[in-house]
This record gives sequence, structure tokens and C-alpha cells, in this order.
Amino acid sequence: MRNVATIFRREFASYFATPLAFVFIVIFLILAGVFAFYIGTFYERGQADLEPFFSYHPWLYLFLIPALSMRLWAEERKSGTIELLMTLPVTLWQAVVGKFLAAWLFAGVALALTFPMWITVNYLGDPDNGTILAAYIGSFLMAGGFLAIGACISATTRNQVIAFIFTVVVCFLFLLAGFALVLEVFEGWAPQPIIDAIASLSFLTHFTSISKGVIDFRDLLYFGTLIAVWLAANAIVLDLKKAD
Amino acid sequence: MIEISHLTKSYGSLLAVNDISFTVQPGEVLGFLGPNGAGKSTTMKMITGFLTPTSGTIRVCGHDVEADPLAAKACMGYLPEGAPSYAEMTVRSFLEFIANVRGLTGDVRQRRLDDVIGRLALGSVLEQAIETLSKGFKRRVGLAQALLHDPQVLILDEPTDGLDPNQKHQVRTLISEMSKDKIIVISTHILEEVDAVCNRAIIIAGGRLLADDTPKNLASRAPSGRLDDVFREITTSTQVIPQRVPAHA
Repeated sequence: MRNVATIFRREFASYFATPLAFVFIVIFLILAGVFAFYIGTFYERGQADLEPFFSYHPWLYLFLIPALSMRLWAEERKSGTIELLMTLPVTLWQAVVGKFLAAWLFAGVALALTFPMWITVNYLGDPDNGTILAAYIGSFLMAGGFLAIGACISATTRNQVIAFIFTVVVCFLFLLAGFALVLEVFEGWAPQPIIDAIASLSFLTHFTSISKGVIDFRDLLYFGTLIAVWLAANAIVLDLKKAD
Repeated sequence: MIEISHLTKSYGSLLAVNDISFTVQPGEVLGFLGPNGAGKSTTMKMITGFLTPTSGTIRVCGHDVEADPLAAKACMGYLPEGAPSYAEMTVRSFLEFIANVRGLTGDVRQRRLDDVIGRLALGSVLEQAIETLSKGFKRRVGLAQALLHDPQVLILDEPTDGLDPNQKHQVRTLISEMSKDKIIVISTHILEEVDAVCNRAIIIAGGRLLADDTPKNLASRAPSGRLDDVFREITTSTQVIPQRVPAHA
């Protein structure tokens, strides 16, 4: 635990040592606002809820989270610090979990800074704050899912741009797993249980159900499992090709 | 003590390290010599647990590097090739990070930090980001990191690369000062360095161990009595072309 905390602190501080933290948070807040007010017609629909705000989070994350995750391991490879890290007395797991948690908490900070949206909607009307809290939790879990995918892909390359592009593609597939675009590829040759299994992997389905205010154990289990599986893959990738 | 037995590393059909065995005792400063691509860095990466050997065993301070990597890593300090460090961190926060990972606390932590900062003359750059430092300072930060927990075993991959003659002299003095009760392994292609600091030299080329002796004895093998000539003769003979794994293997 102590080592996880040490790696976590170093990684978290590194976001703020460069303009990365500032740029990311500002862009995230601007885009979140633009989506909610202009595309989501927050005012025009005249309802006191944050549905137009949260419903664009998956699309916002699709491009912003890979920008956060791409450096996690690719930068360690590029600069050679992976050799330093892996020869310190820490286990692979401590490194993987510490770095992931730092990125996740950073995404959480960006998300928490959207609190003026919550103040606004409470000022304008009488929203269901339980639903809003659930949606924040769902959004945070979804960010964790995107980040775990991104961390694993970042570990496969020393090139951050490649990590970014592949992460966007894989996240896009996970986002739309329940939709015709992805399912049509499998329909016709794959048996129905497999198609159902793929459909149930969709980020969008699970996030939408949480953001309606229903925190179902299965949705929590889904995100928890997703993060654990991708982090395990992250550790395996690192172990297999530490030096490449 | 470092005990290396039948160490081999292959990449596909290329044998980067080919059946190397040797042991190093406390008090020895071992110079690892060889042309570029000889397998020096690969061997060091295996000793420090970064690379997994294809076959063979390595024990450091009595701990098997593969079976008990954390115990082995805890008793080693390692300066990787090129002295990588986190560029955006300040020297102080980087060294404090290493101190935390190494489990140093309280008075000991402060004493060790003060000691390496003093020894490597880093006092003037403590608050600077590492990426803004000159090559010489970066190398010294890497050395400070390796020395921080006062390890029993030091593995230094080209410790004086990029330093000016004065800094080279300082680092060699530092190594000599520490060498009494420690095991120090350095790789280098600077032969005068071996003369200056090492009391044992191993020459490897093409992944094979070709010579293992004191620098003085090695030098005396050449009619000229110069280490350069011995090195050239040993490493350019035909047998050092990298070996291929036999087709049936």
C-alpha cells in the first residue's frame, strides 16, 4: 500500500508540474459546458435536471480521456524511466495501480470542477439531487473504464500518438458495443449468446442506466470488472515487453 | 555477493548473452568491458531484474533475482544506461520520491539525502526541473538516486558518460571511496577508467565472457603492456561474432 501511495503521489504531482493539468481541465470544462448548453439545449428544454450535461460525457471522454492516458506508460518507455521504475523495489501491480489511480483521481478533479453546473440547476429549479449524484458516480466510473483501457494500450507502445489513436478506437467500440454499427459485424455468423454478451459490454448502456439515478449492482460490477481486466492486461503487457 | 551462473539471454535466434558465469565479492570493483552491442547492458539489466534471463540464475546478496525480486532489488542501487529520470520533477522531489520508494524514513532519510546531495554536489540545483539540467548534472542525479539507500551492491551502466574530465575524476574518486565494503559493477568503454577504479575486469563480446582478470594482468598479456591492445585483440578475433541458436534448439 505504501508503494502504491508513493507512486500515486509522484504521478499525480506530475500532471501539475506541466501545463497539462491546466490545459486539460480548462478544455474539459469548456467542452462540457458547450455540449450541455448549446448541443444539449440545457435552457431551452426548461427542465431542472443535468441530463443534457451528462448525456454528452461519453463523447467528451472518448477524446479527452485517451489524451490523459496516452502518456501513462508510453512516456516511461520513451524516456527510459520504465527501467528505473521496474528496478526499484516495487511490484508490477503497485506501479500499475498507483499510476492508474493517479490518472483516475485527476479525471475526478476535472469532473468535480463542473460543480457550477450543479449549482446552476439548483438555482434555476428543484432538481433531484440524488439522480445528479448517481450520474456523477456513473460518469466517474466510466472515466475509470476509459482510463484502464488507455493505460493498457499506452503500455504497448513508446509512441503517445499511437497510444491515443488506438485508445480512441477501442473506447469507441466499447461505447457503441450495444449498437447496430458494432453488432452488425457479428450478426449472421456469431451465435446469439455471443452477440448478447457483446451488446452487454456497452459503456453507454451501463452509464445511461446509472445516470437515470438507478445505481444497480450489475452496473457497478460491470465497471469494476472492466477496470480490473484492463489493468491486469496492462500488467501482463508490461511484464512481457518491459524492455522493447 | 553477486553469483551469476550460466546466464543466457536470447532474442529470437540471436544470443545477446551466451552462458556467462562469474561471482563478485564485497570489496571488488568490477569493470565490464566490451564493444557496443557486446551484451554489457543486457547483463546488467538481468542482474537488476529488469530483463528476465532466457536461462541461468542470478543471486544478489543471497536473493534469487527471479524468485525474490523485491529483496534483491532492495539491496541494489542501479544507474541505468543514459541515466533516465523524471524530467519534469525537481531534483529534490525526484530524490525524495526515490527515498520514499526505498522505504527511508525519519533521520536516516534526511541523513542519506544530505549525504548524496553533498557527495554529488547537487545543492545548487535542488529546486530545478531535471529537464533543464546539463548532461553532467543529469548523470549525477542518476548516481545520487542509485546511492541514496547506501546499497550493498551498485550496478552502474556507463557512470561517467557525458561528464567533463573534472567530473569524471570526481565520480571515479567517489567510486573508489565507496568500494571498500561494497560490490560495484561498472560498464564502460573508457579503458583508462578501468585502470583508475577497477580491481577486476571482465571483457565480453558477442555475448561471451572472453577474459576475467585484474586490469594489470590483462594489460600484461599484450607485448606493449597496454590494456587497449589487449582489448582490441580479444574483441576483434573471429569468435566474437554473435552466436546463433542452433537450428534444433
